[in-house]
Amino acid sequence: MKQQLESIQKKALEKLETIQELRELEDFRVAYLGKKGELTSILKGMGSLSPEERPVIGQLANEVRNALEAGIAAAKERLIKAAREEKIRQETLDVTMPGRARKLGKKHPITLVLDEIKEIFLGMGYEIAEGPEVELDYFNFEALNMPRNHPARDTQDTFYITEDVLLRTHTSPVQARYMKDHKPPIRIICPGRVYRSDAVDATHSPIFHQVEGLVVDKGVTMGDLVGTLQVFAKGVFGENTRIRLRPHHFNFTEPSAEVDVSCWGCGGTGCRICKGEGWIEILGAGMVHPNVLRAGGIDPDVYSGFAFGLGIDRIAMGKFGIDDMRLLFENDIRFLRQF
Amino acid sequence: MKAPLNWLKDFVDINVGIREYVHAMTMSGSKVEGVEDMGEGIDKVVVGRILEMEAHPNADRLKICKVDVGSEMLQIVTGAPNVKAGDLIPVALVGAKLPGGEIKVSKLRGVESYGMMCSMEELNLTRDYLPDAPENGVYIFNEEVKPGTDVKEALHLDKVIDFEITSNRPDCLSIYGLARESAVTLGVPLKKPEIRVREEAGGNASDHVTIEIENPELCPRYSARIVTDVKVGPSPYWMQHRLAAAGMRPINNIVDITNYVMLELGQPMHAFDFSKITGSKIIVRTAREGEVLKTLDGQERKLDPSMLVIADAERPVGVAGVMGGENSEITEDTRMILLESANFNGTSIRLTSKKLGIRSEASLRFEKGLDPENTIKALDRCAELIELLGAGRVVRGIVDCNKVPKRQDTIRLDVDRINGLLGTDIPVEKMVEIFRALEFEVDTNTMMMKIPSFRSDIESAADLAEEIARFYDYNNIKPSLLSGKEAMRGKKSYKQRMEDVIRNTMCACGLNEAYTFSFTSPRVFDSINLPADHPLRKAVVISNPLGEDYSIMRTTMLPDMLRVLATNYSRKIETARLFELAFVYHPVEGQELPEQKSVLTLGMYGEDCDFLELKGIVEELLAAMGISDFEFRPEREDPIFHPGRTASLMLKNADGTFRKAGVLGEIHPEVAEKTECPERTYAATFEVAALIEASTPDRKFKPLPKYPAVPRDIAVVVKDEVYVADLLRAIRKAAGDILEDVSLFDVYKGSQVPAGMKSTAFALTFRSPERTLKDEEVNAAMDRILKSLEHQFGAKLR
Repeated sequence: MKQQLESIQKKALEKLETIQELRELEDFRVAYLGKKGELTSILKGMGSLSPEERPVIGQLANEVRNALEAGIAAAKERLIKAAREEKIRQETLDVTMPGRARKLGKKHPITLVLDEIKEIFLGMGYEIAEGPEVELDYFNFEALNMPRNHPARDTQDTFYITEDVLLRTHTSPVQARYMKDHKPPIRIICPGRVYRSDAVDATHSPIFHQVEGLVVDKGVTMGDLVGTLQVFAKGVFGENTRIRLRPHHFNFTEPSAEVDVSCWGCGGTGCRICKGEGWIEILGAGMVHPNVLRAGGIDPDVYSGFAFGLGIDRIAMGKFGIDDMRLLFENDIRFLRQF
Repeated sequence: MKAPLNWLKDFVDINVGIREYVHAMTMSGSKVEGVEDMGEGIDKVVVGRILEMEAHPNADRLKICKVDVGSEMLQIVTGAPNVKAGDLIPVALVGAKLPGGEIKVSKLRGVESYGMMCSMEELNLTRDYLPDAPENGVYIFNEEVKPGTDVKEALHLDKVIDFEITSNRPDCLSIYGLARESAVTLGVPLKKPEIRVREEAGGNASDHVTIEIENPELCPRYSARIVTDVKVGPSPYWMQHRLAAAGMRPINNIVDITNYVMLELGQPMHAFDFSKITGSKIIVRTAREGEVLKTLDGQERKLDPSMLVIADAERPVGVAGVMGGENSEITEDTRMILLESANFNGTSIRLTSKKLGIRSEASLRFEKGLDPENTIKALDRCAELIELLGAGRVVRGIVDCNKVPKRQDTIRLDVDRINGLLGTDIPVEKMVEIFRALEFEVDTNTMMMKIPSFRSDIESAADLAEEIARFYDYNNIKPSLLSGKEAMRGKKSYKQRMEDVIRNTMCACGLNEAYTFSFTSPRVFDSINLPADHPLRKAVVISNPLGEDYSIMRTTMLPDMLRVLATNYSRKIETARLFELAFVYHPVEGQELPEQKSVLTLGMYGEDCDFLELKGIVEELLAAMGISDFEFRPEREDPIFHPGRTASLMLKNADGTFRKAGVLGEIHPEVAEKTECPERTYAATFEVAALIEASTPDRKFKPLPKYPAVPRDIAVVVKDEVYVADLLRAIRKAAGDILEDVSLFDVYKGSQVPAGMKSTAFALTFRSPERTLKDEEVNAAMDRILKSLEHQFGAKLR
């Protein structure tokens, strides 16, 4: 019987090695360890053994059973692993195939630039003010120190509705409106659409977008204007951007400046984008003219302030390298989806 | 303002290179738009005199010349038809590089030629600059020049700097004014000219003419001189060339002198033929009704009483400050002239020049408001030049009618205030130095300053601060960031945040943001089938539009959206999904300004686009904005939309009633055709204010379910016209609290159900937050639902 057991173990363990499928393994288990299995039936014959033999053979039988069970467990693990590997091999994908398209919509480039500018100024404690596009001549011109028949009005080709009503030529009237309703300290930006009688071409549009800024408080200096514009320029055009102020004239600021940023194309060494200048003009700014403060009910002997205005469309064109202004209003999907 | 560099140098030593000068001027406020170097590329071209000329032995058209070029005698072969011995001509020497190429020794039909005689074109010049150049052939000097002189010097080819002059600085519309700015900028003295007039004619000017100003508010000052023995002829080259370089056409010596003085000193001048002035009288008055004047440009001008004219005893002889009259024009026969140097009200000149449609060099200066103290100096300079050029004899004295009101011309130099405004620490001495250079008279004891008469733009401390800042250099101001001020919280308003939610949701739903023009054509209303009396046709009208297509402010954005869709469709783009958030403008009776309403418009066609896709996007938006009380109702009345595939969005008011906030649906097939959109085009438009009013920022947490859900389905057959929304409402009502959710999952019409009927299938989810539901409870609810549907809609369980 001992020999029998030993031969069963040897045979069984050899067989185990050859098993390739789980189902086969189960059959194997039943064949040896099942109720009618080979080992079981041998053990059934234990009753005929002598009391001396019985514990010896019993122990041996248990050892054989344990060995088979361990072998089965190991084989099972081997087979599961192999099966999993086979599955993985079979379901391997060509991961270089394109992903399934998710069509997320895109914001317009002007909105993107506006959002960036808003974020910069919100961070510096500004609120966002708005005003009407069909505007009174008073707010667009007179309250900004440009009385009727002032020659400076010629520089802004104006669309008129009536003698007193027009399409605002800049976002500056929002300044005038805001000062009437709010007391200093004031920190606002006013984004919006503006209108000038320019024919449509690659670099002109009768409708474009500006952001106006206004700060009024006690002791506001031109240094504050310069510092603020620096933060703005670095925020929009990158940390290495420098700004340059040139004296200019606007009726509603004094002193007034035109502001250039170092060219985003070449960083200031001169290239095609800046026409070799190294600088690109992007905005007008200055200290709020005393007459404008007065028109807003603010005492220029107590308060001072600065204001600036910049064109968004051109900044968007510069930032994204758009070479034709008409693209901004044509809304070709292939254009819009690029941003 | 175009300023020839050498003319500027008459008044200031420009001791730096042109690049540095241009930069310095730009940074001190006189922005340079460009520099034209007229002599660029012209080298080794000199004046030559043809001494001898003989025929070429081998060519009829060629001539062999001996030309004196100062240093030597050259043999030059020329084909020019217009030259003869004795002529002074430009000669490009061997080695000269012209825009057309390099000059070399050449052999023309066997004869050597050592240079080339040049035409105007070969010197890269135009007829504006050399009006006496022949149509064909070599340029011939009409004035004596020494052979060997560099042609750039002989023709005064200068560097011309184009300055942008802002409207507050009419004093800089002159060479002298720009020289003054240059002097302060470069820190060198201004060379003030000494004007000397000999006044050699007999008598006094006041014996010849009297001047009367009827409207001193329109003409504060009128000064005049008389010149006799006038000899009209061409002005000398140097003057012609300076005028031409500055952009003015030379005419004759008298007119050129007046223009020269205007450019040099900024004071427009005019010369009248005095023999044409009736009654020896100049009257400055407004035009009489019906008066007509032919101006110097040959046009008959109808004058009206708003216009100021210069008249003699009988008739107008000029439109004041705008243009002279032909009736008193300088001609070759003119022997005696009156020189006018006057000051006019800027606004009056501006309105007159606008009305007449004339913008002259004079009017564009006058309209900005000129210095009334400049009239005498300009007259004297004119007189000096007339004497210098031998163009006439100047009569003694000036007739000066001066009614200039006294103006506040002193201002305190408040150093602290200026530094306070600029955020600088500029010492008083530096400020005084700058103001003195700008010709302010400064009293350092009282710190009072007298403002020069040519600086009417200086009114307040802020103006003074600008003067200091621009010579201190704006870029030397130290940047700061409102330090020490009260901190403020930057924030978007609720409305602005909701607008962000709208944009973000639209993008998340696959719509791309469009920007379209806010003005449009009144014809768009026809393209969208609006009836003639539709209120949307009432629009704000632009009085001076760019054209009919841009002539009204839009009252609806749908036509713009349809146009954008059509544009994409015409470019063979298969699918387009867009939105725009912008304004429309509605005129309001009795109100100056229209109502400006924010509107959200959606538009799409192509893959997966149908009504329910559009509605799903709208529902997503409503959810994102926290709007829960709304209904969609069939909309059959909107002429733009398909009457069977369109809904109105209704928002619930506090009192339980509903208000319409917008429309969504398929575009009416006729409108789609007219607007060239695809047949299945979908659009929606909403009033943003209504959406925002109904929105809420509040979100409340609902605990996640602890007990299991019981799912059930139900399918009923109802008449085709029964609305799903009504079925859903009935199901919810009948089911009670334990119904957690119900959704439509199928609608079937066809052979399995009777004609005119449809099968609608709903998925229901029952759940209690407190316990596990019993089957009996759910069965009872299902019974209630079925009964209710049977009762209300005649529904049959399928």
